Amino acid sequence: MTMPNAPTAPVSFTRGEILQAAPPPASLVGPIGWMRANLFSSPLQALLTVVGAYIAYKLVWTFVDFTIIRAVWTGADRDACLDEKVGRSVGACWPFVWAKFGQFMYGFYPLDSRWRVDLTGIVAIVLLVPLLIPSVPHKALNAVLFFGAFPILAFNLLYGGSIINPWLVVLGWIAIVAGIGLLVAYLMGRADGSASDAILKYGAGALAVGVAAMVLVRSGMFAAPALPVVETRQWGGLLVTLVVATVGIVAALPIGVALALGRRSKMPIIRFLSVAIIELVRGVPLITVLFFATYMLPLFLERSPDAMVRVLVGVSVFSGAYMAETIRGGLQAIPKGQFEGAMALGLNYPRMMGLIVMPQALKLVIPGIVNAFIGLFKDTTLVSIVAIFDLLGGMRAGFTDPQWASPVTLYTGFAFAGIIYFAFCYFMSRYSIFVENRLNTGRRR
Amino acid sequence: MKRIVSTLALGAALGLGATAALAQAPSTTLRNIQNKGFVQCGVSQGLAGFSQPDSAGNWTGLDVDFCRALAAAIFNDPSKVRFSPLSAKDRFTALQSGEVDVLSRNSTWTIQRDTSLGLNFAGINYYDGQGFLVRKSLNVKSARELSGASVCVQTGTTTELNVADFFRTNNLKFEPVVFATADETIKAYDAGRCDVFTTDASGLYAERVKLAKPDDHMVLPEIISKEPLGPVVRHGDDQWFDIVKWTHFAMITAEELNISKANLDQMLQSTNPEIRRTLGAEGNFGEALGLSRDWVVRIVRHVGNYAEVFDRNVGPSTRLGISRGLNALWNKGGLQYAPPIR
Repeated sequence: MTMPNAPTAPVSFTRGEILQAAPPPASLVGPIGWMRANLFSSPLQALLTVVGAYIAYKLVWTFVDFTIIRAVWTGADRDACLDEKVGRSVGACWPFVWAKFGQFMYGFYPLDSRWRVDLTGIVAIVLLVPLLIPSVPHKALNAVLFFGAFPILAFNLLYGGSIINPWLVVLGWIAIVAGIGLLVAYLMGRADGSASDAILKYGAGALAVGVAAMVLVRSGMFAAPALPVVETRQWGGLLVTLVVATVGIVAALPIGVALALGRRSKMPIIRFLSVAIIELVRGVPLITVLFFATYMLPLFLERSPDAMVRVLVGVSVFSGAYMAETIRGGLQAIPKGQFEGAMALGLNYPRMMGLIVMPQALKLVIPGIVNAFIGLFKDTTLVSIVAIFDLLGGMRAGFTDPQWASPVTLYTGFAFAGIIYFAFCYFMSRYSIFVENRLNTGRRR
Repeated sequence: MKRIVSTLALGAALGLGATAALAQAPSTTLRNIQNKGFVQCGVSQGLAGFSQPDSAGNWTGLDVDFCRALAAAIFNDPSKVRFSPLSAKDRFTALQSGEVDVLSRNSTWTIQRDTSLGLNFAGINYYDGQGFLVRKSLNVKSARELSGASVCVQTGTTTELNVADFFRTNNLKFEPVVFATADETIKAYDAGRCDVFTTDASGLYAERVKLAKPDDHMVLPEIISKEPLGPVVRHGDDQWFDIVKWTHFAMITAEELNISKANLDQMLQSTNPEIRRTLGAEGNFGEALGLSRDWVVRIVRHVGNYAEVFDRNVGPSTRLGISRGLNALWNKGGLQYAPPIR
């Protein structure tokens, strides 16, 4: 009898597949493991964690408790925010902010014209947001609209007066400058015999167009479609803060680049002038210059410039001088080889700077540039010197209103101002980090 | 834009402009105001009851109403005035430089300001003085009972010096607790850091409403310093000085003669010669000032007499609740006194 040779599979004593890994001990994974690794890895760490958590809890809780939990949200006057009237310990008095909201945002801007400010803000956002997002197309057109057309439109809306004249003035000046430039080029070309009549024609044409535009403005022909003028004295609140900060920020970069290049120039007069401007401006406090421009200038001048113009010019020159030094720091970090390489390629000075040096230098100093912008944004409070209430000035005036004077009014106002300033500065800071990371292609690890 | 461009051109031609300004004949403040169509008035950056913007953005207060009275007298329109909110340190420079036409900013009249700063005080529209605020529970009826008290006071002010003088003169002991700003000072007093809070009396009332329970506190009757507050003009234009001065006097006179917004039309029919002279029915004092004949009518119609302005802004019915005190008329036990209009 033979064993039936049943077809049996060969018996294997090794595993066919890998054993499922056992889960790690509970103390090493999940929230507990993370906490052990990052928060309580040593007694000192544990102590610091506990202390830090306590401080964070205290700060955050105090803020939340004051601004939300104990806060009063509605009311008609100070009675709504008094402990004994409400029957509990009162936190932030938000009705004060609602009541003064128009003041904080627009200052003394006339009530029936405030839509003009809103419209300006909406147009600014519509133009600025696509400019800030890299993937949106038509950047060049967008930039022309924002930096070229928008300022004139904003002037139209915010200040008022004739709607067409400001455009004509700007176009006229551009045409006049271009015309003169072309004529000079023609005259210079005549010297070496390369002059073409086309340049002469275009130059004369541009000049004529410019002069015609100026004549039209003078004639008062387009005074008709006009918005009522709102004097800059009536501007205030966040509007002033944003106008001053935006103009300062936009003007600072070109002024700063020009001064930084001038300071490194080999031409002695330009170098001397740049150094003189930078050092003079940095050596004098902004507050002094504004004070002088506001209260001393009228002693010399028959009619002194508008207060807001004084502020804008002062702030632009100031931020430009500081910006120049920031950019110079970037220029100094560019190795000599880059300049020499550019020259070896036969690039002239503007191209060398524009294509090779400046992109690298600016990229290096983005944190410094944004630092200056944030500082400038908060320095706008100095306009109270020229008797204009910005956000903070309007708020301080609001504190004195006996209708709202209460023990918590002061804290509420500053909390509100703090939130607004923080929102703007935090946005600038985050956006700068975004740009930095995007441009940091050469050093990314 | 045109304005900005011309402004830049002006700035560039600073030297030229200065020469031109010197060459021009001095024009009077009144003519300038009439040409530009409004009075530029320097006010405070916020002082309850005196000058402060309300929630709608309109300036209100005693000092503000004085400027409106000037505008009413000149233009017959109290809205033809623009306000420059000035800080305490900029105010006199702003006036000297012509940035404002008149300074109506709770400024104390002192000999130094009147002489070496080149200014003229046109009158006193509020007699202020330093006072004390205490808790009612302290059971003190007079400042002389404050021996040994701790006093909350703002540092670097004349207030601090005045209080030291007062306690030394009266041989009382006190313990000063000093702070940098008015807001900190009143907060500390509210928190119980000291027994007494001291500042100018008008300020005491304004600060009192910031306390958690204003009714538990009282202002003591003693006033320990003189702070006459009034509108200021710069030297060199006597006509304008007269206008500002007599605008104030007109408001006092109107109160004295019982001419108010409400009964103005009746008063215009009055046969009382004093009233007739004041309202321009007899004599021509307005035109002698460079204004119109009915200048007082304009002031009273648009702004009111002194009592109306006082009651509206700081009087007992307002939140400040200040009684007339020294600011009552001379014939009612106060100091407000106007020379006769005749």
